[in-house]
Amino acid sequence: MIMAQTLYDKIWQAHDVGQRIDGNSLLYIDLQLLHEVTSPQAFEGLQLANRPLWRVDANLATPDHNVPTDGRELGLSGIKDEVALTQVLTLDDNCKKFGVEQFDIQDVRQGIVHVVGPEQGATLPGMTIVCGDSHTSTHGAFAALAQGVGTSEVEHVMATQCLVQNKAKNFAVEVSGTLAAHVTAKDLVLAIIGRLGTAGATGHTIEYRGQAIRDLSMEGRMTLCNMSIEAGARAGLVAVDDTTIDYVKGRPFAPKAEVWDQAVAYWRTLVSDDEAVFDSVLHIDAAGIAPQVSWGTSPEMVCGIDGSVPDPAAMVDPIQAESAGHALKYMDLQPGQKITDIKVDRVFIGSCTNARIEDLRAAAAAIQGGRKADSVKEALVVPGSGLVKAQAEKEGLADIFIQAGFLWRAAGCSMCLGMNPDQLGDGEHCASTSNRNFEGRQGYGGRTHLVSPAMAAAAAVAGHFVDVREIN
Amino acid sequence: MDAFTQLEAMTAPLDRANVDTDQIIPKQYLKSIKRIGFGDYLFDAWRFLDQGTMGMTPNERQINHEFVLNLPQYQGAGILLTRDNFGCGSSREHAVWALKEFGFRAVIAPSFADIFFGNCFKNGVLPIVLEAKIVEELIAKSNGDFTLRIDLESQTVTDGERVYDFEIDSALKQKMLNGMDDIAMTLEEVELIETFEAKHKTSQPWLFRG
Repeated sequence: MIMAQTLYDKIWQAHDVGQRIDGNSLLYIDLQLLHEVTSPQAFEGLQLANRPLWRVDANLATPDHNVPTDGRELGLSGIKDEVALTQVLTLDDNCKKFGVEQFDIQDVRQGIVHVVGPEQGATLPGMTIVCGDSHTSTHGAFAALAQGVGTSEVEHVMATQCLVQNKAKNFAVEVSGTLAAHVTAKDLVLAIIGRLGTAGATGHTIEYRGQAIRDLSMEGRMTLCNMSIEAGARAGLVAVDDTTIDYVKGRPFAPKAEVWDQAVAYWRTLVSDDEAVFDSVLHIDAAGIAPQVSWGTSPEMVCGIDGSVPDPAAMVDPIQAESAGHALKYMDLQPGQKITDIKVDRVFIGSCTNARIEDLRAAAAAIQGGRKADSVKEALVVPGSGLVKAQAEKEGLADIFIQAGFLWRAAGCSMCLGMNPDQLGDGEHCASTSNRNFEGRQGYGGRTHLVSPAMAAAAAVAGHFVDVREIN
Repeated sequence: MDAFTQLEAMTAPLDRANVDTDQIIPKQYLKSIKRIGFGDYLFDAWRFLDQGTMGMTPNERQINHEFVLNLPQYQGAGILLTRDNFGCGSSREHAVWALKEFGFRAVIAPSFADIFFGNCFKNGVLPIVLEAKIVEELIAKSNGDFTLRIDLESQTVTDGERVYDFEIDSALKQKMLNGMDDIAMTLEEVELIETFEAKHKTSQPWLFRG
């Protein structure tokens, strides 16, 4: 009898090269995405050892982390930060030298790697994918085993097309029911992280299952898988269904004609067997989830918009209480303070979590003819790619943002991590659609509140957090 | 890679859980295209009171004298003792490069985040998992005159009074003991990889664009 397998087991088995002499497994990698920040040292290592790229066609590059989001028409000369410019030029040089396909800063296809890969059809079901970025988990939405790696591993995959890895455990997150109107994949994943904790899925690959997951669009599934790392899981997965296949069909890098049919027949098998056993399971009811807002400095420090900042003194676990105490001091929040009373200084709509067309549509819809509140210094909208930007302009979304006093920018990681000029000021509170509320993440002394695109846009208009279910 | 066999060093406690890699090395220093030059910026926002930029040296900075690693008794520490889920967040290997350059060759915690844990083994920095209550005891003892001795071969940590055993994957242990080059080791298996690749190309031809 063949053992019932999880989706993760199946992808793993299909890429299991065998064991190295030291007993470690080698996992074959189908696609490596490259960007300017974590690749230069890897390319340098390769050259110092005089090693070639194992498979040039398995690599795809685009600059995203430190590119400015304004002055894009200036191309490279729009990068005023010389150190950042050096990094972008180094990526250009390395791609030319090694023959790697790159969507450079002036290419309309340039954008955040985790938006670009799926958009181009470079991300395909059943693949193994790596990138020197922890949010590579995004691509798991396509039933691809996608993992963030360090620079040494980037170099290792460049040189050998393999990752040295031992298999992780299987974690099922079962989401039953239906999300309420205006409650999104972002709220769902924040609620899951709130339940699991930031290390709850360490050592595991998560598979998101259940009706609420089947009901999500590919954009929603990408948002969900994107933040798997925030629960400690290196990868998150969603099984293949019609939604997956419909999304991939016709994309530039996707297979065509009879190879397409052959691929689809295989992709249909990329679901966990009914009898498959998971090492851990979390059940969650989608219907009970309110729009989420993070109040602390770790993504697990989150609650519903109808909730209040918790009291560390009421926490049982002393380490948790101490962490919460630190967080409240950093965030300048009081125990018991209502979430809707938190004022917002800046708003950021963007990042690999929430910068796809569906996200921008939701944000634009939440503006509802309003304008950015005067008390909000800046509301920044940064599309995930040049193509998302073009699409949003075509649909009239850009006009809605601009008329409402929001800033409409060019594609990049932007204020998600503040490596480019888009940064939070010291002490400022930000309603952000990004993925991490760590201290200083978006700028020195900045205070991040993680929310969905609609919640961020609504906060920009109100000047404080509001429940999007009530304004609609 | 530098080998790791034994280490006897003064131990500094960082009494926090979930220390993320953004804290270990903040974003503004990731613009370098080198593997060196990060030690001065380790825990930058905690060690210094001013906002740092790349190229600044510690003597032009405003020191946060209250931060544990700035206390006189912890100068020269080589082992970091900390809480659960150390190294969570971003995959930046710069975090390990910064720790090592600052002088830490080992980190002891009840648990580590996966990517950080793996990155340590690529750089000769040993992450050691000890039970939370043992870490608690060690943190209580680490008053500045507290030296730990780590022996990887016997998988022990000793504080002069007690010996604590730790678990480690045998392959990772050998790699650390011998300072082996991972890529060179994998390239010993070229035939295995090529055979797999040919088979893979036949079964999933759409994965090969070239």
